[in-house]
Amino acid sequence: MKIFVCVKQVPDAKDVRLDPKTNTLAREGVESIMNPYDRHALEEAVRLKEAHGGTVTVLSMGPPQAEATLREAVSCGADEMVLASDRAFAGADTWATTYTLSMAIRKLGGADLILCGKQAIDGDTAQVGPGLAERMNMPCITYVRKVVAVADGAIRVERMMDDGYDLVEAELPALLTVVKEINEPRIPSLKGKMKAKKQQLVMLSAADIEADPDQLGLKGSPTQVVRVFAPEMRGERAMIEGTVDEQVAALAARLEAIL
Amino acid sequence: MLKIDLDACIGCGVCEANCAFGAITMKDGHPEVNEKCTLCGTCVDNCEVGALSIEREAKAGQTDLASWSGVWVFAEFRRGRIAPVALELLGAGRGLADTRGVKLAAVLLGSELGGAAAELIAHGADTVFQVDDPALAHFTDDAYGNVLADLIRAHKPEIVLAGATAIGRSVIPRVATMMGAGLTADCTQLAIREEDGALLQTRPAFGGNIMATIVCPDTRPQMATVRPLVMKPLTRDAARRGEVVNVAAPPERLRSRVKVLDSVASEGEQANITESDVVVAAGRGMDGDKGMALVKELADALGGAVGASRAAVDSGWISYHHQVGQTGKTVAPKLYIACGISGAIQHVIGMQSAETIVAINKDPHAPIFDVATYGVVGDVFEILPKLTAKMKERKGA
Repeated sequence: MKIFVCVKQVPDAKDVRLDPKTNTLAREGVESIMNPYDRHALEEAVRLKEAHGGTVTVLSMGPPQAEATLREAVSCGADEMVLASDRAFAGADTWATTYTLSMAIRKLGGADLILCGKQAIDGDTAQVGPGLAERMNMPCITYVRKVVAVADGAIRVERMMDDGYDLVEAELPALLTVVKEINEPRIPSLKGKMKAKKQQLVMLSAADIEADPDQLGLKGSPTQVVRVFAPEMRGERAMIEGTVDEQVAALAARLEAIL
Repeated sequence: MLKIDLDACIGCGVCEANCAFGAITMKDGHPEVNEKCTLCGTCVDNCEVGALSIEREAKAGQTDLASWSGVWVFAEFRRGRIAPVALELLGAGRGLADTRGVKLAAVLLGSELGGAAAELIAHGADTVFQVDDPALAHFTDDAYGNVLADLIRAHKPEIVLAGATAIGRSVIPRVATMMGAGLTADCTQLAIREEDGALLQTRPAFGGNIMATIVCPDTRPQMATVRPLVMKPLTRDAARRGEVVNVAAPPERLRSRVKVLDSVASEGEQANITESDVVVAAGRGMDGDKGMALVKELADALGGAVGASRAAVDSGWISYHHQVGQTGKTVAPKLYIACGISGAIQHVIGMQSAETIVAINKDPHAPIFDVATYGVVGDVFEILPKLTAKMKERKGA
């Protein structure tokens, strides 16, 4: 089984903050990491390969620095790593991103199974997985929390819904997006780290994937950011002071007024 | 692209400091732009000497934008009922449609839809496009996506809204890709831009640390998913009149490569966190099972549900279904009591719509107090049992 895992290098979101007073960004020491949900997608791919055979290719679209994230993925069990990197890809929204990823996967001979994290923690859109499935003409199952079986050209999984879960089966090839409940990602082994060091990085440019330049990057993106700002805080901040008993009495009185 | 007028530039570095994306670096006294630039325009607004401007490339885009008209809401229907977010979207959509002077329609897909269409009309829809077919009894991306895309192609609405639910966030990206349309995920505000009627879509990014407003100027429909419990539904009015259009979908469009073998509803308590009037939520400060029991007791005394921060869920004290915040559920109860929750923005984004927020935390500098209506600095292990006892007294009285 030929498995692709799409990974994204993201800034560690908890460190990214806009100062509401100056509207400036505090980005000191913001680290680049592998999107945490993609880590679970990678782990599931490696487990499927171990159980059923095949190869795991990690694919990322991003700047040259994303190589570090791909090498980390190899140290965790991926066989091949591919970086789609070109100035022309920059500024892509999810529509242009899925175009680029789909062209890259086609260039590499297609996939039997594509795994993605449910969303990336910087954009939080959760749109690349389903959009990529449409581009690849594959069925898509989002929010997968468990792979139950892979047999006879089909994959059976549990997908989380807002009110419970569905047990579903898709024909292969298919695309899944996974939630973190699906597995506990492994720590890179020494052998994996050695392999990651030596592994050849496959680089793909816009020309390599034979992309239509009008559909790439900022130019190919239907969405346009027109404003960024810090979220407003709404609290009245009425602090209730006093001894514990006084605090409790005052709070209870206010709650009674509400309920 | 971002154009820099080097003659006008005074090298002050304000643009670098204001860039939310780290796309500008000062070099030799002038800004340099890298590939992280999204053309958001913040630097242009902040440049005091007018040295920055944005030049947008003409896009291939669609040419007949004006022929797209009307606001649509995807009315999610599951287990025999309309998802509450669909009614909220009709409330928001009504406002948008009235501003644009166009009709508001709902799209209702499912099996055995009963009186659902009438309910949608009572909540603001002028038209309901209804596809009632056993093949749509369970949600699948394939069948729902095909049918929705076919309807959009046939009727050309300018705006399509859907709930940012598991279903909406699964099928809508697929439809947007089919249509070649822009899509904004998880919006918390929607408005119409005065000068050109474009939909202004505002959403949190970077885990809620930053808000971004997005438009899709060159493509139609303009598509957005919207967080549940952010928009307000209209008051139900059974006297409202509207049209129900029954549509039959061809069998090949209803075929799905994904089969639903079983659909399991989660146990009662888990589901009702979004519907409860009172949510008592536990954070890292509750420090384990003993603290969780105190939270549960207060919730019981108030007839409320138990919520949790991500820290509490990740520590294994309570299941994910109780998680409130960016990666959990959004709640908007009458009363939200945050116990031992520091108030990271990722949590706040899931509860800031609550009418009254009470924060109890031993750290007076905890950010949770910035969103609190009432704040109590103190030890949750002392305060909660006493508060529970007081509230029980009141109940008994």
